[in-house]
Amino acid sequence: MSQNTERGTVKVADGRYKPNGTFSVIYPNSAIRNEEGVLQGVTNPRDMTYIHSYGGEAPFFEGLGLGKLLGTRCDNPDCPAYESVFVPFRIHCPDCLAKNTIVDITDIAKTGATVHTFMITERTGAFNTLPKPIRFVNVEFEGVCTILMGNLAVGEPKMGMKVVPIFQTANPSYTIIDLAWVPLGTPESDLPEGFTFG
Amino acid sequence: MITFSDKQLKTPAMQRPVYLVTGGMSKFGRAFPDKRTEELVIDAFTEAAEFIGMTPAQLKKYIHSCYYGHFADHFGDQLLGESVIHDRLGLDPLGNIGIKTGGATGGSTLWEAFKTVASGYSDCTLAMGWERMDEVPTDEGNHLISCAADKDWETPLGHIYTGYYAVMAQKYWQVFGKQEESFRRTMAEISVKNHGYARMNPHAQAPMDITIDDVINSAIVAYPLRALDCCLMSVGAACAILCDEKTAYEMTDNPLLVYVSAGSHTLRVADRRDMEIPLLPNESPDQYKDLGKRFPGGDRYPGFTGFLAARMAAYYAYRMAGIVDPNVDFDLVELHDAFTISDIQTYEDIGIRPYGEGRTYVESGDCYHTNPLTGQPGQLPSNLSGGLIGCMHAVGATGIMQAIEVGHHIWNRWSEMHGDQKKWDRFNRQKPADWTDLQVKDAKRGLAISHAGVGSHVTATILVHPDHQLERNA
Repeated sequence: MSQNTERGTVKVADGRYKPNGTFSVIYPNSAIRNEEGVLQGVTNPRDMTYIHSYGGEAPFFEGLGLGKLLGTRCDNPDCPAYESVFVPFRIHCPDCLAKNTIVDITDIAKTGATVHTFMITERTGAFNTLPKPIRFVNVEFEGVCTILMGNLAVGEPKMGMKVVPIFQTANPSYTIIDLAWVPLGTPESDLPEGFTFG
Repeated sequence: MITFSDKQLKTPAMQRPVYLVTGGMSKFGRAFPDKRTEELVIDAFTEAAEFIGMTPAQLKKYIHSCYYGHFADHFGDQLLGESVIHDRLGLDPLGNIGIKTGGATGGSTLWEAFKTVASGYSDCTLAMGWERMDEVPTDEGNHLISCAADKDWETPLGHIYTGYYAVMAQKYWQVFGKQEESFRRTMAEISVKNHGYARMNPHAQAPMDITIDDVINSAIVAYPLRALDCCLMSVGAACAILCDEKTAYEMTDNPLLVYVSAGSHTLRVADRRDMEIPLLPNESPDQYKDLGKRFPGGDRYPGFTGFLAARMAAYYAYRMAGIVDPNVDFDLVELHDAFTISDIQTYEDIGIRPYGEGRTYVESGDCYHTNPLTGQPGQLPSNLSGGLIGCMHAVGATGIMQAIEVGHHIWNRWSEMHGDQKKWDRFNRQKPADWTDLQVKDAKRGLAISHAGVGSHVTATILVHPDHQLERNA
């Protein structure tokens, strides 16, 4: 993409996507040849921007930028999963399929989040935006029936360690990257740029 | 879902028996710059025809409907690739459909072809799978594979699928491996075994003569998983022909009975709620009551240590085929060793070992063709093809390759299909001077497990020699 080309943005109006700017960029292709110069194939370079709806999960991703961790709860008394709290956020209960109630679990996460398991990697796939090494932590919460995967932004992970959520509130991306975890007791001055305790 | 109704636990029924008549494979490799996918597919189809003494044109005359396993459209940048292959195989205007279930795509393709014959819709079906993973750089390939995780909740966290298994490896090592270094070495031994068996397989991509220390010292991909703990990224094709009894015996004197089942679980491991362990026929109701005491932290099921989808696939398939104890009723298995850790987890999910004790399958020597501790045949040899770690993981083809490999043993034709010097020459691969015949003597029944997405989909394919059906299945 030319440096002068404006990357595409999208708004919704009248229930439809309204794209603006450049979404599709084609580059010249080139031949692929072997050592003897025999044609084997071609490259097909291009640049695309996808458009994606969060639908009923949008409050979760909006909430991260506001320093809130939202989950959902089944409030159907006839459901076996009645009063189960789900994080990741599930729009509908997986058992009764009734629409769940959004619940704010930020305070629970700040006091009762524990590392269930973890891993550390220096390798990533293309398009990674996290600083390396990446430390995944799978976090369990009191009163929540699921175990959320996230990024430990400070310190070295250990099973059973207490962690607290931090949020990219300064310049949110509105993606899961806006949520990270740090060991309980980490001072605010140690948080990555743009992150706060919410 | 964490509880089941009786209807959901019904043993899958077939209107009539289904037989595997033949199968074939291409060469497998990291890249084939000089071949289009259709050329690899035709290689596999031709091998399947020749295996039963037919020409490809003769074999095509039997086929009534076609099932194509090809997982990742975006690797090849070709939607409806199934239609391209169907045309190049000259099978239009027969009905065909594409099947995509991640790493289990090959097994799922067999599942669909199996059900079609079992229902009576077709008397002869083609299950063909392939993958083309060489048309993007490796880091983009890793990104594309990570898109098989939840794209909003998981993929942005590193775009590296190995990470999702590494957290399982860490948990399993701590809980069931009790943090012992010896457990890490047992994980590594699986890689040594499978790369070693790949040396005897002319189709295999990664034959290696390595040691446990080589695995433990290989590059970290996602700690604790290292490069040699991980499966390959591959290109290639494999196919199978499934028929009803009458058609099968028209085509060959020696078809094998086949049973295929499937299970699933949430794409995100995060969403897997604690539940009771569904029991296999060789387990007792109180067997796991003290699991958490024996292995502190091991009382959450399936948590990050088990695969419910594999357990359910085995639950259904064992009842279909009359299997009670896989250690006794099977003569060999081909398991989905995407990672050394998931191989161990699967031993437990499918009942080769109880939960918590998977490592003993390796440490006892039971998983070997020849038990290194006794010099006698291993009780239940595993992944003599080399598996995904040593042979290949051309995703759409993998589950089919595994079933064919099991079939070669039951047909007593493993040596012919792996030892032929002409095949080694055709694949431009060096047959090792110490090439060893890995034929499992008197193999009668075997199992292939195909697995996807940190356990999102798993299929179980059981092959049985018709003269050795289990009486309890009559």
